[in-house]
Amino acid sequence: MSQPIIISASPHVHSDRTSKKIMYDVVIALIPAFLVSLYVFGINAFIVTAVAIISCLAFEYLIQKYLLKTEITIGDGSALITGILLAFNLPSGLPIWMIVVGSLVAIGIAKLSFGGLGFNIFNPALVGRVFLLVSFPVQMTMWPTAVENNLSIADGVTGATTLGMIKEGLMFGETMTEISTKIPSTIDLLLGITGGSIGEMSAIALLIGGIYLLVRKVISWHIPVIMLVTMAVMTGIFWVINPEQYASPLIHILSGGALLGAFFMATDLVTSPMTKKGMIIFAVGIGVITVVIRLFGAYPEGVSFAILIMNAFVPLINTYFKPRRFGAKIKSKIV
Amino acid sequence: MLKTFPKGGIHPPENKLTSSKIIKRLAVPKMMNVPIAQHIGIPAEIVVAVKDKVKIGQVIAKSGGFVSSNIHSPVAGTVTKLDKIIDSSGYKKQCIVIRTDVKDESNFEEKEYPLLQEITLSSKEILQRINDFGIVGLGGATFPSHVKLNVKEGTKLDCLIINGVECEPYLTADHRLMLEKSEEIIVGIEILMKALNINKAIIGIENNKKDAIDLFKKATKNNSKIQVAALQVKYPQGGEKQLVRALLNREVPKNGLPLDVGVIVHNVGTIFAIYEAVQFNKPLIERVVTVTGKKMENASNFWVKIGTPISDLIAEVGGLPEGTRKIVNGGPMMGKAIKNTDVPVTKGTSGILVIAEDEASRGEPKNCIRCGECVYVCPMGLEPHLLMNLSEKGLFERASNEDIMTCIECGSCSYVCPSDRPLLDYIRFGKSIVKKLQTSKN
Amino acid sequence: MTDSVLYSVLLLVSLGVIAAVVLYLVSKKFYVYENPLIGEVDELLPGANCAGCGSPGCRSFAEKLVNTEDISNLFCPVGGNDVMKLVAAKLGKEVAEKDPTVAVLRCQGSCDVRPKTTEFQGPRTCAISAMIYSGETDCQYGCLGDGDCVKVCKFDAMYMDETTGLPVIITDKCTSCGACVEECPRDIIEMRPRNKKDLKVFVGCLNEDKGGIAKKSCAVACIGCSKCLDICPKEAVTIVNNLAYIDPAYCTLCRKCVDVCPTHSIIETNFPPKKVKKVEEKVVVEKKEKVAVVKEPIVEPVNDKTDA
Repeated sequence: MSQPIIISASPHVHSDRTSKKIMYDVVIALIPAFLVSLYVFGINAFIVTAVAIISCLAFEYLIQKYLLKTEITIGDGSALITGILLAFNLPSGLPIWMIVVGSLVAIGIAKLSFGGLGFNIFNPALVGRVFLLVSFPVQMTMWPTAVENNLSIADGVTGATTLGMIKEGLMFGETMTEISTKIPSTIDLLLGITGGSIGEMSAIALLIGGIYLLVRKVISWHIPVIMLVTMAVMTGIFWVINPEQYASPLIHILSGGALLGAFFMATDLVTSPMTKKGMIIFAVGIGVITVVIRLFGAYPEGVSFAILIMNAFVPLINTYFKPRRFGAKIKSKIV
Repeated sequence: MLKTFPKGGIHPPENKLTSSKIIKRLAVPKMMNVPIAQHIGIPAEIVVAVKDKVKIGQVIAKSGGFVSSNIHSPVAGTVTKLDKIIDSSGYKKQCIVIRTDVKDESNFEEKEYPLLQEITLSSKEILQRINDFGIVGLGGATFPSHVKLNVKEGTKLDCLIINGVECEPYLTADHRLMLEKSEEIIVGIEILMKALNINKAIIGIENNKKDAIDLFKKATKNNSKIQVAALQVKYPQGGEKQLVRALLNREVPKNGLPLDVGVIVHNVGTIFAIYEAVQFNKPLIERVVTVTGKKMENASNFWVKIGTPISDLIAEVGGLPEGTRKIVNGGPMMGKAIKNTDVPVTKGTSGILVIAEDEASRGEPKNCIRCGECVYVCPMGLEPHLLMNLSEKGLFERASNEDIMTCIECGSCSYVCPSDRPLLDYIRFGKSIVKKLQTSKN
Repeated sequence: MTDSVLYSVLLLVSLGVIAAVVLYLVSKKFYVYENPLIGEVDELLPGANCAGCGSPGCRSFAEKLVNTEDISNLFCPVGGNDVMKLVAAKLGKEVAEKDPTVAVLRCQGSCDVRPKTTEFQGPRTCAISAMIYSGETDCQYGCLGDGDCVKVCKFDAMYMDETTGLPVIITDKCTSCGACVEECPRDIIEMRPRNKKDLKVFVGCLNEDKGGIAKKSCAVACIGCSKCLDICPKEAVTIVNNLAYIDPAYCTLCRKCVDVCPTHSIIETNFPPKKVKKVEEKVVVEKKEKVAVVKEPIVEPVNDKTDA
């Protein structure tokens, strides 16, 4: 034998699932949504995404190499995902320097200052996005409409998102019937012919990605399904009570970041609870907070805030919603 | 829908390469190293001296206490020395070294016992024989059987479970034994039912051993007391608590034993050893061992005498294949990697697994991504990631409160961890410290 | 405008007053009397909180000193006799004088004399590798080389030598708190008396295997040949289980045993270099130095800062 025998504790076999594979599965799942946004926003979508990815990877590399002097982990795919998700949450016309600032906040503050992959409490991409939203509210809410020519870079025309239109309309005292003539149809929402962030365009594309993740067992159904059901039920109740003041559940789920958030942001492994019970609580929380912000808050969209708020509760949820111990008496069970 | 336990579990590639290989008898080696600690509990006390002539089946080390077991000479020969020899724990342990007497014919005659179905002994005599003939649990834990069968009077006991699950990948020793000795095993079950005075026994077999299931179903057709249950293939179904849950839907309480829910679990190998001990006065001096590995061409199952150096077994299948980096005593999930092939086969050796270069190395541990996979697969409802963290940081009190002691060390958490974290290593370490703290407290 | 400023000021002031009153009342109500001596004794102690005395920290040791009648069996290894004398004077109690000690490493099994026969994969801590098996070498008694002792040392008195794979104790910094002795799963660190020049002679091996096996697993293992036992004029050497031990209470540091040891497993520290009398002896000395170089990275015969 040329090399010495290896000794290690059992088990001596290992499943071939690695964190790298999980990360790249997420990237694959995001491709359909990216293709739709390329179609809708043209080269702008590509530029924003590319800048976000490159700057996220660059910041991770630079900070780890020169500031923290730790092992460099840009190859594990997590910074790549942060970059893509950050871009997906930005309007396509955002100035490049803002994207870079957002990436710095996402990687530097939300991820590495907490200790890197696995230690961050908040979803880095969302922290970057929310930071940009509160710092540059004007630019962050200029939603370029779909371009005619997919290759034109400059595009002065901007419009509001579906949810923005509804909020604005209701503020001016219009009823839903009047508003519904202005907002995109359900078919448009499904296909992605609407205004909004790069990644939240087409409901169908996001669903395809989400189903891919479910099939590959990267995520479990609990968070996305429960979150969407909660949103549907809550908005449904208001809609039934007063359909002239509140949009239908279908519009709420198909528009804005609901699907992107449900399948890709809330299910982020690091910042979501570990137990199924915890996931249900977490998802219900996100659903409720999102609807409250959308219906009663100042912002038309609340998924990012809702996820970040519930992220903060995850350690608490993990502490109180433990799996049932084998052989524990039913009575003494915690919760 | 096949029965199984509900919480956790994994399904690693089965790799049962040797399931069609008939159990061969391994030639008696020239030197036997018989360790005196082959069971859980107190090591046996040596009762022979150097240069003593021993007969086959003679007691060479006497049970050292209640939770202990007799050890018998596997061969006729001469005790050459009492030495310390490295065993599967990686440490040198006291062994009795016996040189086989090549002239003694009792070493080489292949005694095939006829099937003896009549049970003449009383319950007490049966238990006495199990004690005398050094029977221990052959599933791997090597818990002395007489202790397990020593049921306090008044304990409610209604079912005997026979563990034919063999959920460990690669291993086929129990499977082959079930196929080749089904009649004997059924008699063994009847012996135990008589000893324990119960009328119900269930044989649990995983569904990847359909031939064994069919065989036992046929054999027990006219026997209303013994049932055969096919189980979904899922690791660690061979764990006592998981098996009881799967077959009877009873949950053994935390820190409890199957006895607490009226059940006793025995491995098929143990049952066969009990059969031979009770019917033919044969002590536990040999067992079935699977010698396997992906690169091993002649992988097979063997009847091996206790004390045979593992090198003999490996030589029998054609030596270590090129590029071997790991030799495991036991299955891939719970077996122990051994330092060299001088390690003797003991009562607990169910298999020898040879792992080649490409599969031997562990991945470099990376950050926990909190995916919760370890929590989902833990059959005991624990949080391995948390327990590892607590052990690593030395917070043993808290680890104890998080039920670290109920871990059955099945290794499912380490198996699934996408970041290759050594979860079980730290949990084991935590368990050892918590155990120390608990004993020092008492 | 002025109103809002006024209100804010008033609000904050009243909040402050209320909080101050509550704090004052609470501190009065829950005041715990503590013997002022405890604080004074605590001042005298080194304040390292190393737990070498058996108490979890200096403060609790001070409490113990004040509250115990007979403190002769209490000792602060870090402060040593000086501090204990001060404490005794303060409390008016008797303390026993103890010889200062220092930690020594009883293993010389560096990488080149003790070949690795297996490769361990798992968490690199001594505690875990000791639990799983006997270590990467064939010696199940010696250093595992994962540095648990270095991690536990609060005084930076230890470091891992990269070339030998063994920990090194910096004698000057060692406070003999005993944390490393406690931590080592192999018990290869021993507290031995420290004299003025820090001269020590001890067996640097714990291998209980028979000579041949021990020698095979490690070139500098004690093989239990009893040559040291025979030559020792003061009967300081005992041999149990093929392993020699030099009792510091009897050893006069004559170094006769060092020369006769065939495997150089007896270590001498900080002695001046021997005068070379004959040419033949030089060979022996050179050979010895070769081993010494391995365990001491700094090639100085007289080196009072580090030893093995």
